[in-house]
Amino acid sequence: MSGFKEDVQAAIPALRRYARAVTRDADVADDLVQDTLVRALRSQHLFHGGELRSWLYTILINLNRNRLRTLARRPPVTAIGENDAPDTTGPEGGGRDIERALTGLVEEQRTALLLVVLEGLSYRQVAEVQGVPIGTVMSRLARARVQIKAFLDSERPVLRRVK
Amino acid sequence: MKNNDLPVTEEELHAFVDGELPPDRREAVETWLATHPEDAARVGAWRAQSESIRARYLDVAAQPVPPRLNVDRLNRAVHSWNFIAAAAVIAAFLIGGVAGWAMRGAPATASAQNDMEILARQAIDAHKLFVVEIRHPVEVPGVQSEHLSRWLSKRVGYPLRLPDLERLGLKLVGGRLLPSHSGEGAAQLMYETASGQRFTIYCAKSGTPNAAMHYKAGDKTASAVYWVDGNMAYVVSGAAERSQLWEVAETAYEQMERGAPFAERDS
Repeated sequence: MSGFKEDVQAAIPALRRYARAVTRDADVADDLVQDTLVRALRSQHLFHGGELRSWLYTILINLNRNRLRTLARRPPVTAIGENDAPDTTGPEGGGRDIERALTGLVEEQRTALLLVVLEGLSYRQVAEVQGVPIGTVMSRLARARVQIKAFLDSERPVLRRVK
Repeated sequence: MKNNDLPVTEEELHAFVDGELPPDRREAVETWLATHPEDAARVGAWRAQSESIRARYLDVAAQPVPPRLNVDRLNRAVHSWNFIAAAAVIAAFLIGGVAGWAMRGAPATASAQNDMEILARQAIDAHKLFVVEIRHPVEVPGVQSEHLSRWLSKRVGYPLRLPDLERLGLKLVGGRLLPSHSGEGAAQLMYETASGQRFTIYCAKSGTPNAAMHYKAGDKTASAVYWVDGNMAYVVSGAAERSQLWEVAETAYEQMERGAPFAERDS
């Protein structure tokens, strides 16, 4: 079964990218990927063919949900301070805007959007990963996009005043 | 609106942005957008969002993978972790000991209902404590099922049968020993789906009379179904819908009942 290990290894860059987007922290993201890999290697006997990448995303998403649950029981480590206002100049500013917009989404919507937009999964694959019908994936996408747009619009008060 | 305009749904607009439309509908949407500036603006905004997300994160995948994520290395570690598992056993006893001590104040004369409530709560707490474990979810892995059932039966003081839940897509992860509410041994069996959703079955001796299955609604992280059969109480816990928990409980019940090697119970 050396093919399995190689396929898992090949999926790591994509897993790191996705993990970075959901955790916003490089170290936490790699911890999450490492736990995902360990879980996958230990559960190799549970993988009965199909799409390995989708299976790995599913594991990662489950682990991340556990992580968020644990975090929710603790007081926040850092608070967003006054000086943390978005830097709207330059490309980095745009990157931070979208990061913050993503953070504001509920988990299921963020997952659906990132899997489609960033990871290039089809609606059908996302439906499998999330264990819901395709119609649910589409409504999650739609709600995510509406909310991101609202967030980004409100971040630009100058534009908001233009009727 | 012109008559020959094909009606385009909002769903199709999203599918258009995500490249999920068949070619003929793609054309229809393009035609539609040319005459519907508001929809065109929305589509433009969604595309810009996608671009920002990609611009922000795409390069992460191009960065070199750190050595700690090397699959061969992790694989070797996975297979040597059994030796480290001893440390987890000690931790489990410490945690379990504290839980048992905390429960010592429970009145011995509590009614059967209360007794079951306490037991179910304890089982749910144990479920929450261990399902989040990645490396040490159990003391004895499911592959050693014979040893597991022998050991737990001995410590719990009842011949335990490990139910086979493969039919429901659940694989036995393994089991561990915990202190029960009466200070004896209780067994926790853990199962999981291919995607990592976990269920536990908690088995402990109980002085309460037989009880039919009860559902105990918990929070988002775990609810439970429990019952008493003979002098054993069982609690199936999981973060799942009531119907799914019920199915797991019934499948487990059938097997633990039918397969139990001792027909007569002392009563």
